[in-house]
Amino acid sequence: MREMTSIDPVTLNLWYPIVAIGDTKPDVAGTTMLLEQPIGFAVGVSGRAAAWSARPDLRAGDTVDASSVTGGLPVKTAYGYLWTSLGTPAADIFAIPQYAEPDRRNIAAASIGVNVSAPRAIENFLDMGHFPYVHTGILGIEPHTEVKEYDVEISVDGDEILATRCRFFQPMASTVAQGGADVEYVYRVPHPFCSVLYKSSPLDEKRMDVIAIFLQPMDQEHVRAHMMLSVLDDQNDDTFIRRFQLMIFGQDKPILENQFPKRLPLDPRAETPIRADKSAIAYRRWLSQKGITYGVIPVAA
Amino acid sequence: MITLYDFELSGNCYKLRLLMSILGVEYKIVPVDFYPGREHKSATLLKLNPLGQLPIIDDDGLILRDAQAILVYLAARYDASGNWYPRDNPALLGEIGQWLAFADGITATASAARLHDGLFYDLDVEAARAGAHRLFRILDEHLWFGQQVGRDWICAADHPTISDIACFPYVLLSEEGGISRQDYPAIRRWGDRVKRVPGFIVMSGIFPAGPARAI
Repeated sequence: MREMTSIDPVTLNLWYPIVAIGDTKPDVAGTTMLLEQPIGFAVGVSGRAAAWSARPDLRAGDTVDASSVTGGLPVKTAYGYLWTSLGTPAADIFAIPQYAEPDRRNIAAASIGVNVSAPRAIENFLDMGHFPYVHTGILGIEPHTEVKEYDVEISVDGDEILATRCRFFQPMASTVAQGGADVEYVYRVPHPFCSVLYKSSPLDEKRMDVIAIFLQPMDQEHVRAHMMLSVLDDQNDDTFIRRFQLMIFGQDKPILENQFPKRLPLDPRAETPIRADKSAIAYRRWLSQKGITYGVIPVAA
Repeated sequence: MITLYDFELSGNCYKLRLLMSILGVEYKIVPVDFYPGREHKSATLLKLNPLGQLPIIDDDGLILRDAQAILVYLAARYDASGNWYPRDNPALLGEIGQWLAFADGITATASAARLHDGLFYDLDVEAARAGAHRLFRILDEHLWFGQQVGRDWICAADHPTISDIACFPYVLLSEEGGISRQDYPAIRRWGDRVKRVPGFIVMSGIFPAGPARAI
């Protein structure tokens, strides 16, 4: 096993998603990488799950009774995914209360490998400025390129970033959009490598669709990006909704993979922000304050 | 009306959408949950293509599989100009066939590396990347020497053919499999020319050409 020398304690103790429950076969072991550590996992027919540091007697494809695995890593299931931790994690994973609303479509949209650091991927997720250029005709279109003034705050307990009053003109905001509309966004960053976005629902003006990205850092410059949707859509099947999300993410992928440097520089002088980058500035500062060094270039002491 | 069994992120599905857009052929899409659902291996889809692969088309009851074969069919049937698959030019048809097979080689290497990196396919990614570089080197030289004699396209014609469409997607998506195109300048220029063909459309991961003219 490789030494975990470069992993700061905050990063080590976080919960991480490793696989969509729907992508596992009951009682069959799978393997993946988390923070440079090979790990194994299995989900039983009963829903009981296990994860463990890779061991030679349990290879991918082996049959295993998840409830019989001893000495494993902590596990939880949440939002359609299996989560684990290599350290001592908090009691709970951050809440997304909307997920429990009975009329929502909850979809583990896909897990995609991306050659990028987790913080760069979060920062791109928070950015609205790229919509007209990268998601042309869907999430934005010229000349509607302005990122209007919005608010960013860090919650009282310091454990979550919230960006509110975000508005953007979108030609096709979702699978049920009927033409272009000004769409309201709220962004949450409740975990250093996860973000939850709320956008106004075309079907119900009082409610919002939820799109979340949960990152599993395989190493400092490679992630598995897990996407979760909790949306109001009574018209389309899961395949169609997934397709829309994959199309959007597929457009972001080359942008993410061409970021340089791959790790997110936290020194405020390293990359020049503009006003539209307010949420990114807060995110970088928040990572610094937390003492996160994984996937970033920390401020020189 | 043509029905295309389609996966948005598949370069082999995209090449059919691209040719149909260029030819102005109407079609409808049946989205297939290729990933993560592996729906192309489901009983329903295996009945249409026992190889368990996309794309598949159904044109009023004619069911065809294999991206390159479908390009041949679409161009032969729907291209009024006769340029994309010139049925009366044996030498050019031979050349096109040769590069359609080459496109299969690109799928087996560059596309495989992309599936490994993005969708976690279990395969020898270093071998796939090395294989792709070998093919890209051959294509780059071919295009470079072509340019010296005024040939802009893969085959010896003054217009693009389906061989350009067949090779284009997985060359342009290669960086998603960790295969840089930095060392292939003639490929980059050719890619921009394809992007300027009237009717060109993009897919996720492939951006339109800039407004400047290709050099």
